[in-house]
Amino acid sequence: MLTTADEGLDDRSLIHGRGGGDTGDRIFHALVLIAAAIIPLTLAGIVVLLLLDALPALSRYGFGFLASSTWDPVTEKFGAAAYVFGTVVTSLIALILATPIGVACALFIAEYAPRRLGEPVGFLIALLAAIPSIIYGLWGFFILAPAMRSAVEPFLKNTLGNVPVIGALFSGPAVGRDLLVAGVILAIMILPTITTVSREILRAVPNTQREGMLALGATRCETIQKAVLPYARSGIAGAAILGLARALGETMAVTMVIGNSSTQIRASLFTPGYTLASAIANQFTEADKAIYFSAIVELALVLLLVAGAMNVVARLLVWSVARGPVGSATRAG
Amino acid sequence: MIGVQVPRETPVTTPPAAETESGPEPRVVVRDLNAWYGTHQAIARISLDIAAKHVTAIIGPSGCGKSTFIRCLNRMHEVTPTARAQGSVELDGVNIYAPAVDPVRVRRVVGMVFQKPNPFPMMTIFDNVVAGLLLNGQYRRGEIDTLAEQALRQAALWDEVKDVWKKASGASLSGGQQQRLCIARTLAVRPEIILMDEPCSALDPIATYRIEELIGQLKEEFTIAIVTHNMQQASRVSDYTAFMLAEEDRIGRLVEFGPTSKIFTNPTERRTEDYITGRFG
Amino acid sequence: MATTAPPAAVASLLLRAQPRDRGRQFADLVATGLVIVSAVVGVLVLVAILAYVAINGLPALNFAFFTERPLPPGEVGGGVAPAIVGTLMMLATAGLIGVPIGIGTAIYLAEYGRGGFARTVSFIVDLIAGLPSIVIGVFVWAWLVRSVVGHFNGLAGGVALAIVVIPIVTRTVEETLRLVPDPLREASLALGTPRWKTIMRIVLPTARAGIMTGVVLSLARAGGETAPLLLTALGNQFFSLDLLQPMAALPVQIYNYARAPYPDWQVKAWGGALILIVLIAALSGLSRWILTRRFGRT
Repeated sequence: MLTTADEGLDDRSLIHGRGGGDTGDRIFHALVLIAAAIIPLTLAGIVVLLLLDALPALSRYGFGFLASSTWDPVTEKFGAAAYVFGTVVTSLIALILATPIGVACALFIAEYAPRRLGEPVGFLIALLAAIPSIIYGLWGFFILAPAMRSAVEPFLKNTLGNVPVIGALFSGPAVGRDLLVAGVILAIMILPTITTVSREILRAVPNTQREGMLALGATRCETIQKAVLPYARSGIAGAAILGLARALGETMAVTMVIGNSSTQIRASLFTPGYTLASAIANQFTEADKAIYFSAIVELALVLLLVAGAMNVVARLLVWSVARGPVGSATRAG
Repeated sequence: MIGVQVPRETPVTTPPAAETESGPEPRVVVRDLNAWYGTHQAIARISLDIAAKHVTAIIGPSGCGKSTFIRCLNRMHEVTPTARAQGSVELDGVNIYAPAVDPVRVRRVVGMVFQKPNPFPMMTIFDNVVAGLLLNGQYRRGEIDTLAEQALRQAALWDEVKDVWKKASGASLSGGQQQRLCIARTLAVRPEIILMDEPCSALDPIATYRIEELIGQLKEEFTIAIVTHNMQQASRVSDYTAFMLAEEDRIGRLVEFGPTSKIFTNPTERRTEDYITGRFG
Repeated sequence: MATTAPPAAVASLLLRAQPRDRGRQFADLVATGLVIVSAVVGVLVLVAILAYVAINGLPALNFAFFTERPLPPGEVGGGVAPAIVGTLMMLATAGLIGVPIGIGTAIYLAEYGRGGFARTVSFIVDLIAGLPSIVIGVFVWAWLVRSVVGHFNGLAGGVALAIVVIPIVTRTVEETLRLVPDPLREASLALGTPRWKTIMRIVLPTARAGIMTGVVLSLARAGGETAPLLLTALGNQFFSLDLLQPMAALPVQIYNYARAPYPDWQVKAWGGALILIVLIAALSGLSRWILTRRFGRT
């Protein structure tokens, strides 16, 4: 029944690890092995299929694909620079807005609030992650964008728009469908990710660190600033990068508020634009030529690689503080 | 000499006056101290005096409330959620639990060394030592290196770290060194009282010996209160000893308090004697 | 060596704030304020979104909305029935495909996997979980829409959703299985039960609540996905139960309604959003109820 002859050097391997000679065991083992093997197969499939389909565009445009901002299906000139630009800008805006607020929320839940208040607040903020992207798009399109156009953007234009260098960010007509609004919607969407992960990170900071600083006569703010946050530094960076990875891949919410019209790279945040994801979603069903398709798939490939790399980096950072892999904390629900 | 005996269930009596040649002044006067975690009372009606520039040890079996007690002396107890304390702890005539007193200021004056050494790993040795100084701002420009060196010398750590103190992380030291770093960090802010909560229990015997030696030197300048579960350590290191015990109600009370020599050779209470001779705990 | 301060100085130190202290106290107060404001903002945003969905969506809800199909542009009336049916069908497909694979992988990782392969699989599960769903859509399009079937179809949509479902199920079920105490397994094995029966008859049933929770949560998540469906199922104005034809889905229908310039359609978009939110809330609530019910009993 149980063969102890082969694998396993410790007791646990009798219960876990390869073992079992019974026919039923062999079949069962094979079944779960097949299930598990589907995972890397799927990833391989995704990468291979994307590569194959992007190959025509890859070979034809080379690295110029990322450098040129001309995207013209008619003349078959495809350059994704504007999409990359849009992705980077909106994600950065989201990161800049969501990280301080997210970490502050995590501090509220983990350091300031009593448990009976902190737990419900944490739950509510995590709920933001359960709201589907399309509903964010709807809300952004009908509620946020008009508010931005009529109140926020004119305000920014009249105040910061006059400051020497930064002013360029807030110039031009405020239409309400632009990079800025997309960035704000993305910020709301990644807030729960940053908050939930940061909260776990803060919890992993040993209490002895806080006590050590308090015992020296520090206020709570100083304790957090000088003992807790430095310790949690790399984990919080990981939380931010996880948020960033999520922002990069968001499609529907961004598509509905970003304008999807211009492929010009301009300095102002009030210009409409595209992100890689929104470009794919918008143009996929319109593509009629093979090379057009290929270019769009290449966009997907770029997105895949960047999002994948970010996820890896982020998890390594978070893991180093929490000393354990972060699994479902970053997912909705 | 000050000795207070508290028989169970009877009210506290005021301590008799000092009786010997160099009757030390009490630096901290504790009267009727109670502390709770939520609804559970951890210690009840503790009263004792902590003599200036002497070492007072708190001993007792696990769970008797000695850590809770000592954490009340610098208002660290209340940092735990739902924890609270009530009573009088007078430092130089000021009750640190008075409403007008900010706990942050109490902790500047009453320092604490913890059971598990807790240097800040993201800071260098130097930064660790001056962490408290930078908070309180109690130094003149250009003085900070000197003050840090003084503290490290006083903690008997200077020679071991002087070459790397501005480069090496606080966590890169051995356990015993880390604890001496924590002591240096506490000394640097020049507290009046130093509280030590089982400072040697995470250390090996040699490191323990060095810290006990250090305590002997420090008491010339500071008032020290030390919690220890090691009776031999208490008898080696302290001038006065308080024995605490929690009975069936799990509430810690002071059973006996007096000069260490008396507690360990001729205790008044039967329960003290039982503990000292190892009949329980 | 500086000596400690005389008693009067200590007393005044305790009682009166030093000038520098005032700044520190103020900073502490400001920090506390900022932290509280942030938490309030976070909760307010949630409330704002949910409130708008509810307020704007309610007017759209009537019997026709739930039972009829969308009407051509410009005509008033109609509903999202095909979309609801389509979503349910594709979720069922995603569940049938994704849940067994997810649970199988979880069993492998928790009960069998010890070496490099297991670690790789675990790592890749996290990778796939973090993939933009539009990328998954492109993949399934290239595989099933273009090559295997030849046109947009509901099956491809279901498969795309399955890829969303698998990592979530794997993670949650794996965690749950790890929580099952080893003595349970040991006792069963010691009685002579084969490994596979131990897992099927003892371990899985014990982890039942966590498994169901994982499944339900993954479906809640998949139900809201739009991007991959745009590229696979495409959407359908008419009732269709044929998985090999384009299929409607609620998120896609919302998207189509929202983009149109007709006010009637825009209200319907909100109505669809309300139904979607309620669906997801119901699923999440169900998962929570499963957990508490189980814990209440054991």
